Amino acid sequence: MIFKRFNTLILSVLFIFFSVNASAQTEKECFEKASRGIFKFNQGFDNVILEPVAKLYNKLPEPIKNGTGNFTSNIATLLSIPNHLLQGEIKSAGHATGSFLINSTVGVLGLANPAAAMGLDNQKEDLGQTLGSYGVGGGCYFVLPILGPTTVRDTVGMFGDNLIDPFARVTWHEKEIKSISGNKLDYVGIKAATAVDFRGDNMTNFESLEKNSIDLYAATKSLYLQNRDKKIKNSSDSDDDDWGNLDK
Amino acid sequence: MKRLFFLIVLVFFFSNKSYAVSYNSDPKIFITELVEDAIKTLSDKSISQEEKNKTIEKIARENVDIKALGMYTLGDIRKSLEKEKLEKYQKLFEKYFLKSLTSRLTDYSTQKFEVIDAEQKSAKTTIVHSKITASSSQPEIKIDWRVYTKDPLKPLIRDLIVEGLSLARTQKEEFASILNSNNNDINILLSKLEEFISN
Repeated sequence: MIFKRFNTLILSVLFIFFSVNASAQTEKECFEKASRGIFKFNQGFDNVILEPVAKLYNKLPEPIKNGTGNFTSNIATLLSIPNHLLQGEIKSAGHATGSFLINSTVGVLGLANPAAAMGLDNQKEDLGQTLGSYGVGGGCYFVLPILGPTTVRDTVGMFGDNLIDPFARVTWHEKEIKSISGNKLDYVGIKAATAVDFRGDNMTNFESLEKNSIDLYAATKSLYLQNRDKKIKNSSDSDDDDWGNLDK
Repeated sequence: MKRLFFLIVLVFFFSNKSYAVSYNSDPKIFITELVEDAIKTLSDKSISQEEKNKTIEKIARENVDIKALGMYTLGDIRKSLEKEKLEKYQKLFEKYFLKSLTSRLTDYSTQKFEVIDAEQKSAKTTIVHSKITASSSQPEIKIDWRVYTKDPLKPLIRDLIVEGLSLARTQKEEFASILNSNNNDINILLSKLEEFISN
């Protein structure tokens, strides 16, 4: 057992070392041709399954949609709490814990979001962001089937999230915590609901992006990397020196 | 004769005025007036789509720094490009930009827009913070406008940053991807732009 943990520790240190070194090459592709192929497959999946389901979802009454969004967001808070702590953001961890407790009780299992009205921020965090905040670079960019754009760091983070997320522990890993338990189907169901809610919320954005891009794959890559960068820095400032270069 | 000349000058002056779209030079008021104008045009049911597009293009030509945006979007390759190719690129970029801007604005024209505040980043740049308020089909969207204020009397828009994601940077990386995949051949990019414009 100790040996297994030691091995994991060594692997983690090696990963961090290589990713930090690769940080200058964050936007490099691992295997662009394959990624473009998977991206096309994902577009097909979106056209045939995700978009039609999201369109139906958008026709549901507003309270049902809001309830679904709040419910999935409340469950995601469970993953944000340990990541806030790992990033040393004690205040944010407190806010997230308070938000989860209030929404799960007063907010009827998270269907309502009274915590937001009380000023409790609920910023989503994951292990990819935590590693990024430690200075770990993205490594390289690629696209996963169904799951979409990612980097080496974010993929490692995704596997790590599955281990530290209390919701994943009781569902995917089928561990019992305080007599609460679930199964893999519960986990996949919540992730699917999160994806449908996100797709439904961004219907216009997706259509507009698709219509106005001359290389949709590259536009999606740029938006993904900018978004991750923004989340890691917890800032919406877009700084690009090239504007300054133009004025010289 | 003198009176006739005066009348002609007066008519010319006012007719020009009625065509020119001029907004306040304060960046915050500038964005408020400009977006209100654009939304009013796009939601006006008494004018045709073609007229709407023409008005939006006119507003954009006068208030967006299209030339600088085109150069920024092209990236470093702009420094080594022949003058003739650069001019062709600039012409195509303007058409591409106006078409995509009109399309994007049309997509969001039914939403309610609100300017929050302005933040001066440097003598030449001010960021105006705004938002599209939440509706049944869309959550609240934060939009920041990068306004170039080198001439304080004539501010120009250079970028739209939607929820922290820069549209100019996205476009730049899109163009870079096309160039990288084609040995930095500008002709491929030009033909892609032509294709977009003609569709």
